[in-house]
Amino acid sequence: MYSAAVLLPLLGFLIAGAALASSLPKETKERVAQYATTGCVGLAALLSLVIFHQVGIQGQTRTVELFTWIDSGAFVANWAFKYDALSATMLCVVTIVSSMVHLYSIGYMAEDKCIPRFMAYLSLFTFFMLMLVTADNFVQMFFGWEGVGLASYLLIGFWYEKDSANEASIKAFLVNRVGDFGFALGIFGVFLLFGSVQFDQIFAAVPQYAEAKIEFLGGQFHALTALCLLLFVGACGKSAQLFLHTWLPDAMEGPTPVSALIHAATMVTAGVFMVCRLSPMFEYAPTALAVVTVVGASTALFAASVGLVQNDIKRVIAYSTCSQLGYMFFAAGVSAYSAAMFHLTTHAFFKALLFLSAGSVIHALHHEQDMRKMGGEVWSKIKITYAMMWIGSLALAGMGIPWIKIGFAGFYSKDIIMEAAWGAHSGVGQYAFWLGLAAATMTAFYSWRLIFMSFHKAPQTDHHAVDHAHESPVTMLIPLFVLAFGALFSGMGLYYLFVGDGREAFWGSAIVDLKDSIHHAHEAPHWIPPLLVAVGLAGIGIAYGLYIKNPTKPAKIAADNKGLYEFLLNKWYFDELYDRLFVRPSFAIGRFLWKRGDGTVIDGMGPDAIAAGTVLLAKRAGRLQTGYVYHYAFAMLIGIVALATWYILRTGR
Amino acid sequence: MNDWPLLSLVTFLPLAGAAFILVLNGAEEAVARNARWAALWTSIVVFVLSLGIWFGFDRSSAEMQFVERHAWIPGYGIGYHVGVDGISAPFVLLSTFLTPLCILASWHVEKRVREYMVAFLVLETFMVGTFVALDIVLFYVFFEAVLIPMFLIIGVWGGARRVYSAFKFFLYTLLGSVLMLIAMLAMYWQTETTNIVELMDYDFPPQMQMWLWLAFFASFAVKMPMWPVHTWLPDAHVEAPTAGSVILAGVLLKMGGYGMIRFSLPMFPDASEYFTPLVFALSIVAVIYTSLVALVQEDMKKLIAYSSVAHMGFVTLGLFAGNRQGVEGAMFQMLSHGVVSGALFLCVGVIYDRLHTREIARYGGLVHRMPAYAAVFMVFTMASVGLPGTSGFVGEFLVLTGTFQASTWAAALASTGVILGAAYMLYLYRRVVFGKLVKDDLKDMPDLDWREKIVFAPLVIATLWMGIQPKPVLDMMGPTVQAVVDRYEGERGYRNHATVPAPAAQAALRTEVSR
Repeated sequence: MYSAAVLLPLLGFLIAGAALASSLPKETKERVAQYATTGCVGLAALLSLVIFHQVGIQGQTRTVELFTWIDSGAFVANWAFKYDALSATMLCVVTIVSSMVHLYSIGYMAEDKCIPRFMAYLSLFTFFMLMLVTADNFVQMFFGWEGVGLASYLLIGFWYEKDSANEASIKAFLVNRVGDFGFALGIFGVFLLFGSVQFDQIFAAVPQYAEAKIEFLGGQFHALTALCLLLFVGACGKSAQLFLHTWLPDAMEGPTPVSALIHAATMVTAGVFMVCRLSPMFEYAPTALAVVTVVGASTALFAASVGLVQNDIKRVIAYSTCSQLGYMFFAAGVSAYSAAMFHLTTHAFFKALLFLSAGSVIHALHHEQDMRKMGGEVWSKIKITYAMMWIGSLALAGMGIPWIKIGFAGFYSKDIIMEAAWGAHSGVGQYAFWLGLAAATMTAFYSWRLIFMSFHKAPQTDHHAVDHAHESPVTMLIPLFVLAFGALFSGMGLYYLFVGDGREAFWGSAIVDLKDSIHHAHEAPHWIPPLLVAVGLAGIGIAYGLYIKNPTKPAKIAADNKGLYEFLLNKWYFDELYDRLFVRPSFAIGRFLWKRGDGTVIDGMGPDAIAAGTVLLAKRAGRLQTGYVYHYAFAMLIGIVALATWYILRTGR
Repeated sequence: MNDWPLLSLVTFLPLAGAAFILVLNGAEEAVARNARWAALWTSIVVFVLSLGIWFGFDRSSAEMQFVERHAWIPGYGIGYHVGVDGISAPFVLLSTFLTPLCILASWHVEKRVREYMVAFLVLETFMVGTFVALDIVLFYVFFEAVLIPMFLIIGVWGGARRVYSAFKFFLYTLLGSVLMLIAMLAMYWQTETTNIVELMDYDFPPQMQMWLWLAFFASFAVKMPMWPVHTWLPDAHVEAPTAGSVILAGVLLKMGGYGMIRFSLPMFPDASEYFTPLVFALSIVAVIYTSLVALVQEDMKKLIAYSSVAHMGFVTLGLFAGNRQGVEGAMFQMLSHGVVSGALFLCVGVIYDRLHTREIARYGGLVHRMPAYAAVFMVFTMASVGLPGTSGFVGEFLVLTGTFQASTWAAALASTGVILGAAYMLYLYRRVVFGKLVKDDLKDMPDLDWREKIVFAPLVIATLWMGIQPKPVLDMMGPTVQAVVDRYEGERGYRNHATVPAPAAQAALRTEVSR
């Protein structure tokens, strides 16, 4: 059972792949692929729930080893599945969301011409993600890590005839590779320091190495800080944190179910998971934790600010994801790893719900994604989708009733994160708290801006799409219901286990928190929860005022603050900056090295010059051969004299 | 098993096949057909025989195995002396694995078929001979002889500028070899033996090591090829016929790396250590420089040729890191590159056969017409990029792990090659395979046929198998690599960059935070 949970999606992928390569009729291929992949992942989800019960609740942690993968001296990495509360949680999140997305895709992709390939990729992604979360060593984690990158690349570029999709997929792969560059260096450093890549061995040895130094690029550094920072670069890439975030919005080129599964609920949270998994190391690297906090908090605010003005419905949610990941990181940064995992779980449900609801809207409006072209009271035609969007947004904004402590999923998890930031009683904690508070206002604003623009306001251009709007088929609605259930109750239901009194028994040794940050969070001031709800309501109020009450106002504000508006609309100009700094110079340098370096210098002075020289020499030599015997005799004489002179001089000494 | 001259059989059976093909007569058509089948069957039998090495190899030993020894020129102690250890055996298998695939891939060669097949079989003999030779003279003979069939393959069956390329290839590699020959003579005068096994245990005086090292390096660096003596490779690849490129990239480039691990490291350890910064510098330049150059190539074969130089940069880096992971990773990287780059050249060959151009801009959107091709090409693209789960990852990751222990600078700089590698390969794939299918002459390109699928299937399997279950291969070379590393480290004293002071901090930190 423990191996099957991970391997079933791989089986689904293989069946779908075989169906694709077979010569069955198109219809049959599609059915086989859909049933096989959805069935396998669904079964994996059921197994995951059993595993969660056994491992998380009954505390039966275990590691299942398959066989040795790489074995080179001390460098030994196994194929193994490590089950503890952390991986069991991730296992459930991944398989549940994935099975819902599989089911949803049957409806959403019904008219696509390459259904088996799509289903196969989804299952392949799920397999890699499960390998990542169940890894018991760094190398298998890296396998899953790059593997999900591959699946993400394939799925973003799924519609390969679109140039924008191809470019986005390459961008995603390359930006992630930049992150992986740091991750890989971190692993090399870990092996150098600990002589192992196995988590258990390393975590047991960490306290002994608390003060160790490591030489890196000529400097002496506190070893664990340096390693944690390198590994965190990897986390930033995968989780689209500031400076490495540019790929995520572009990734929306992929089909919407992909955005829900990979770019909202699961893959992008891998970075958060990694920091939590490595909590035994990060706990001994306070500087690294401070960096994590600052980067997370800054991303939370930055991404929310960009989300305020985007017009593509999926991009708004993408920036929202980026921002929420920032919350998770700063939670981890103040050692509240369990709070980070809590938010990761609730976020997976409500963000997947938001994406799939957006997909339902897009589906209803015949693939229109621009919110400026939506509206027109379309909500009355797709009431279920509309309701789902409300549930998702309320959960995202963390709405609830603070006095009786009842609310949507995000209410619980965002609360504990903000309290943990406050409870850290540190400079970076305060930084995170206030930025997080500002981002919370923006979150509520852009969520309801999205609702009002897509469902309510008058359509500006295309009436046709709105008039023909239709509710989605049942295969798309069932997943929405399941996820909505999660968005409603996952916060309430998991609070006790994740961050409540049951937390120590639940997490066990999976998470190390030397400062007991959750305890401090619970002692945070009582005005924090009501304040969070208040700023959320304020954000909704502003959105209502601007987009329902006074719909001409937004354009006017944008015109009045043109500089700021353009700055936000163009995502702080990161893409342009990177293009000038990295992309274009690489091509220019490459061209220069090729034409000048290889062409003019190496070939010009090397082989071609020698060849030319030889020809010249041969011609000269030819001229020397005059045919007169005395010329040759003279030349011989000179040679003999020279040889004799050399010999005498040498032996005479 | 051991009383069978297995290595000699594997080495010389192709030659027998070649002789058989030469005496074929009849109508031109019939000769061509028979030559193809004879060459294919010979190479398959050779491969099956060579599996005897795989299964009969004692994986716990670092000693030479399957040894055969006969006097050849007794006056000088020169013998016919062959054997394999964990370093050479994998290369023998790589050679015998790739040859039948090359012959099958060349099924549609129409020009001088008989001579073509003979050239490939002779080439196989020389390649295997190079790896099994345990006498320095025998090694030199095979090592140099390889040039001749390759020179002919490029010069006769090559593209438009084949003569220029063939000569460039020949002169470059010959120049290096001459120095190596002189060094070998010097070694013989010093030690009075030509036995490689004995030479590996001989302690040359450090001053002499420097000169010998440089002479050998001149030869091996050209073969690898290392920057800046790499410019023959793009030209040779571009003009060579597809199968020629496969052998060139798959096996011939590995002779440089094999030479370094067989000669440079064990015989000249002091010089190797002395020159390590030089090798690191050249390797890093190779990785970054050629990756950037690959990014802007307009010719598919040139792009893959430049990527080979970059990948070989990792190999030299790992070898001279001089530790277990580095050397083993370098070995694995060479094997993986042999399979993957060979396969990539075959991928180019498939569409070259259909459209007769290697220009990237002439393609685009092939996935619409050739989905099977797109899938196969994707597997090898990812292997080239070093995606975990493919063979490319294992070698690259071990090399960098090893390099990091020797020099963090070298490892960090070389790791940027991992990013650049992804850039040029994905960019290539996107331009050739993805996009809309707009060009008219691409619209009726047929997908892979049965023969092509049979050629690719073993390569795909090998790539994934070596990526998921590399242990049997690593086990095969483990003891030998460990012996090489032990000897190398014994000579120069082990250095470690991590310093671990007495850890008293843990208790302190605990008390501080527990309120």
